[in-house]
Amino acid sequence: MRDVAIVSFAQHSQRREDTRNEVEMLIPVIREALEPIGLTSQDMGFTVSGSTDYLAGQAFAFVQALDAVGPWPPISESHVEMDGAFALYEAWVRLQSGDIDTALVYSFGKSSPGDVARVLALQLEPYLLGPLWPDAVSLAALQARALLDSGKATEKDLARVVSRSRKNAQANPYAQLKGDIDEAALLDEPLYADPLRKHDVPPVSDGAAVLILAAGDRARELSSNPVWIRGIDHRIDIQSPGSRDLTVSPSTTLAAKKAGVPKDPDIAELHAPFSSQELILIEALGLDETRTSINPSGGALAANAVMVAGLQRFGEAFNRINKGDARNAVVHATSGPCLQQNLVAVLEGSN
Amino acid sequence: MSEPVTGITTPIRMEYRYTPGRTTSDFLKAMKGGRMEGRRCPSCRKVYFPARGGCSMCGREFAETVPIKETGTLATFAVVNVNFANRVIDLPYVTAEVVFDGADTTTMVLLRGVSPEEVRMGMRVKAHWIPKEEWDYSLANIDYVEPIDEPDAEYDSYKDLV
Repeated sequence: MRDVAIVSFAQHSQRREDTRNEVEMLIPVIREALEPIGLTSQDMGFTVSGSTDYLAGQAFAFVQALDAVGPWPPISESHVEMDGAFALYEAWVRLQSGDIDTALVYSFGKSSPGDVARVLALQLEPYLLGPLWPDAVSLAALQARALLDSGKATEKDLARVVSRSRKNAQANPYAQLKGDIDEAALLDEPLYADPLRKHDVPPVSDGAAVLILAAGDRARELSSNPVWIRGIDHRIDIQSPGSRDLTVSPSTTLAAKKAGVPKDPDIAELHAPFSSQELILIEALGLDETRTSINPSGGALAANAVMVAGLQRFGEAFNRINKGDARNAVVHATSGPCLQQNLVAVLEGSN
Repeated sequence: MSEPVTGITTPIRMEYRYTPGRTTSDFLKAMKGGRMEGRRCPSCRKVYFPARGGCSMCGREFAETVPIKETGTLATFAVVNVNFANRVIDLPYVTAEVVFDGADTTTMVLLRGVSPEEVRMGMRVKAHWIPKEEWDYSLANIDYVEPIDEPDAEYDSYKDLV
């Protein structure tokens, strides 16, 4: 395998982007990611994006977004109708071929124009489940109920996850929900989608993220501390949420095994939009919360631009390792209802 | 074995609160006021009309606003012989790609005032607006273009837009 590293990252995230469209949101973020390495988008060997047209409600919105890259003269580019983390996977595979040394990965998503919980219902199997319109929050609540009923977690555990997210997010300028909130106060809140409370559900966010990958010596030229992708894999569980045990995530466990997740990594950035999902992922990844810092950024509970939040996990882990605050990280991204598909990567600094 | 189910109907309705963006908002406001405004890319200097987001070639935000004239050149066209469900126009009609004077991009508009057999690339045309009291935040304020009495433009002047 060819060594591939993250050399730059930039992001944008806010509650509701009322004035700028997707292209206008992306242009400054792409510029911010390219600036520190002194390259232009035309210098990239490959460009790939992750987004979904259902968020904008416009067919081929992803093609329009390419305007933000500066694709003339023609560039080599691709797109996945998934979170940007899966676009990063495609870029990593593309870099393995050896004929290019750099790749630009971008993702964008405005969750605010439509009803995002209903938009996500459109990703369901269209014959039997989709027509029932189970929105994303209700499906996550069913999963959380199954988890509590299994005895593996309590409502207090859910509150602990949210409290940690809010506290960690205080240091994250891109987080929307943050604060010094304890578990007892959270448990006093009313139920929203039983057993979930409003704070167990992610905020509606608009955002964009851009990440640049480079291979081997090129990565060392572009960054004084490139963050290496030591392993990466993604796996998928059965499509229908009714056909699997929602309290576990075997696809995460398998992806972690294939990616070679080390024992007790310094940090874990987990793409868990719902508090209950973070508990399932911690178990699936075999993490010890006393030895690994879980979602130091606040995670997707603090800001959840759909299609961006997974790639943001890579970026947040990159920032901490690049600055020397952590040596290594496990990064996770998910797609589909109730943690259906899961990507796991291991990142490690050079120093 | 009973007959197979060959299709089902699952109605989908989604509502969106669309944000046109800053550049398009400026464009739409100008149209409401009866002004045609283009935007120039600071890198390649091309003037986009209408402009959206950023320069789709350079990936740069637009800087300068440029007034666009109501006259232009028909770069290319299509004779339409099939009506779309929501359009009620006598067939055949002509859809034109017009590069308005001052712009470096084409705009799709309806061509009227000339029979389809006489339409040709390079024809000079002028915008015809809907009545002022009906102006809205819309490119549709330009109802159609019609030919004007000017010599055809040289092919070289619009060849990159064909």
